[in-house]
Amino acid sequence: MFKKLATGAAFALAMIPAASYAAGGAGHVEDYDFSFEGPFGTYDRNQLQRGLQIYTEVCAACHGLKLVPIRTLSDEGGPQMPEDQVRAYAADNFSVYDPELDEDRPAKPVDHFPENNNAGAPDLSMMAKARAGFHGPYGLGLNQLFKGMGGAEYIASLLAGYTGETKEEAGTTFYENTAFPGGWISMAPPLSDEQVEFADGHANDVDAMSQDVAAFLMWTAEPKMMARKQAGFVGVLFLTLLSVMLYLTNKRLWAPHKGKH
Amino acid sequence: MSGIPHDHYEPKTGAEKWLHSRLPIVGLIYDTIMIPTPKNLNWWWIWGIVLAFCLALQIVTGIVLVMHYTPHVDMAFASVEHIMRNVNGGHMLRYLHMNGASLFFVAVYIHIFRGLYYGSYKAPREITWIVGMLIYLLMMGTAFMGYVLPWGQMSFWGATVITGLFGAIPFIGEAIQTWLLGGPAVDNATLNRFFSLHYLLPFVIAALVIVHIWAFHTTGNNNPTGVDVRRGSKEEAKKDTLPFWPYFVIKDFLGLAIVLVIFWAIVGFMPNYLGHPDNYIEANPLVTPAHIVPEWYFLPFYAILRAFTSEVWVVQFASFVTGGIVDAKFFGVIAMFGAILAMALAPWLDTSNVRSGRYRPMFKWWFALLVVDFFALMWLGAMPAEEPYASFSLIASAYWFGYFFVILPLLGVIEKPLAQPATIEEDFDAHYGKKSSADATPAE
Repeated sequence: MFKKLATGAAFALAMIPAASYAAGGAGHVEDYDFSFEGPFGTYDRNQLQRGLQIYTEVCAACHGLKLVPIRTLSDEGGPQMPEDQVRAYAADNFSVYDPELDEDRPAKPVDHFPENNNAGAPDLSMMAKARAGFHGPYGLGLNQLFKGMGGAEYIASLLAGYTGETKEEAGTTFYENTAFPGGWISMAPPLSDEQVEFADGHANDVDAMSQDVAAFLMWTAEPKMMARKQAGFVGVLFLTLLSVMLYLTNKRLWAPHKGKH
Repeated sequence: MSGIPHDHYEPKTGAEKWLHSRLPIVGLIYDTIMIPTPKNLNWWWIWGIVLAFCLALQIVTGIVLVMHYTPHVDMAFASVEHIMRNVNGGHMLRYLHMNGASLFFVAVYIHIFRGLYYGSYKAPREITWIVGMLIYLLMMGTAFMGYVLPWGQMSFWGATVITGLFGAIPFIGEAIQTWLLGGPAVDNATLNRFFSLHYLLPFVIAALVIVHIWAFHTTGNNNPTGVDVRRGSKEEAKKDTLPFWPYFVIKDFLGLAIVLVIFWAIVGFMPNYLGHPDNYIEANPLVTPAHIVPEWYFLPFYAILRAFTSEVWVVQFASFVTGGIVDAKFFGVIAMFGAILAMALAPWLDTSNVRSGRYRPMFKWWFALLVVDFFALMWLGAMPAEEPYASFSLIASAYWFGYFFVILPLLGVIEKPLAQPATIEEDFDAHYGKKSSADATPAE
């Protein structure tokens, strides 16, 4: 059976994109303005902290972040929480199984966020990089140059994209969603206005919270983004300088062999 | 080593003579980097250095990545994320390696098309060309297996689709496929052998690169005119050439530095632009991704693979003649490998005795169309297999084969070439102005 699947895959799968394009293109992804877009974009530390709070109070009930070590919450270029806060956060919110004690204990910063797939919910560690919001034009993806892949936009659009319509199919309830490919998703609307209270009194309507948690998930997927962009600047600067010096060297080197213009 | 007369290394001190009579390694290096090089080489000739840089970059970053990577189906995906999150500079190493593969293919395609335009494949450089094609094939194999290692969805399903191609070979295909995978499906055995080969093949490539360089150092470089360097005497050769060091090393490094500015900007600011989001989902044999596409550098040949469906008359004819042994699937595989073989056969398909496309008025246009065709195929390879893309793919594939098997042989007969310069020096002076070259001294 599997062999058939594998050999047939060569051509059968090649034909599948036709269907996927139709389905994948159906969802509408809103082009939110995130602070981390473009070469100069950086994470908004406060937004990441709000996103963490939303994740902890809402999403964590079903979704895990198994690839993310809790200690990284205090890393530079992230939510950057003080270490004692991270320690308290880990202990208060999660417990993990410790094979040495052979029992559950409160989580420590060295632990990862726990795995969780309640009701088949996917892990969210990489979600913002595993979804592309933008494909155009003509499937060339050139708009990614300016907007990024659109993973965070997709997540925010999905969370804010419920229409309120539901339908039953084979005993499962599906919720209509304008961002989800196909239009019907089995996840109930997770956010409602004023569901999470922020210490600083920041806006907590569904739209604002969707963007906050999407930004947080962009960070969990790409925690070194700010270090990477900085390396990008330094590298481009020095390589440009090197190019100029090589240009001058090359010009002088060849001059005796070239006639005057 | 080169057939062009030039000054060779002469050991002077006692120690140099001692070593030289036992192992002439300094002489070998000297002759290699001081090789007389046609002085009219243009900027299309920098890509060899870029390619050498790419190979070094991939090997160096790869060796460090291996120190932190775990080739096991349960741990590979997480170990790549470990590199991205916990290893010092790991995110840069990984993104450099990932995008380094793309730079490698950008460079190799420009390098190949430069060879096709300036007739670098023609006698006496056929061996250089064939070795180059072998390097290109090994690059594709290496890149494909490397893409499997992060064990994402595209890794897994790409491996399933591509090894499935071998399954299309009549009679023995399934056995070959099982042998390649190390089992009935892509699994831990597959991941382990791909990892092993992904580490091995770059060193085979490095060895072939030496053979590639050896071959064209024996014949001498081609150049934009395709006219041979004068070899009557050292003095004559000197009018047409300059030593590789420092003239071409500095020039090539300048080209490389500019290419690296762009490369570094991509790594720093949009490292996932050329990747596929699905590869950030861990491999799952039970869930087929909605949209399986190979990496961009495979797309032109992927388009050719898909173009020959059972509705195409050539395929139906082949199936009828062979009694159904060659079905659409196998035909596609033959077409894909045939498209690469066609390039490799160019030295014998091109009947023109003029090397450079510069002096071939008809060839120029057909070549330009081949370049357009290549990009069209690349775009079509990413499009869904439905109309109108299917018909376009077929037309574009037909042109690819037509160029090599019909146009190249015919042009040599019907085309009237333009006048070529008598010497490389003449071409160089026409471009840069005549210089009383007798008293030309190096800078300083």
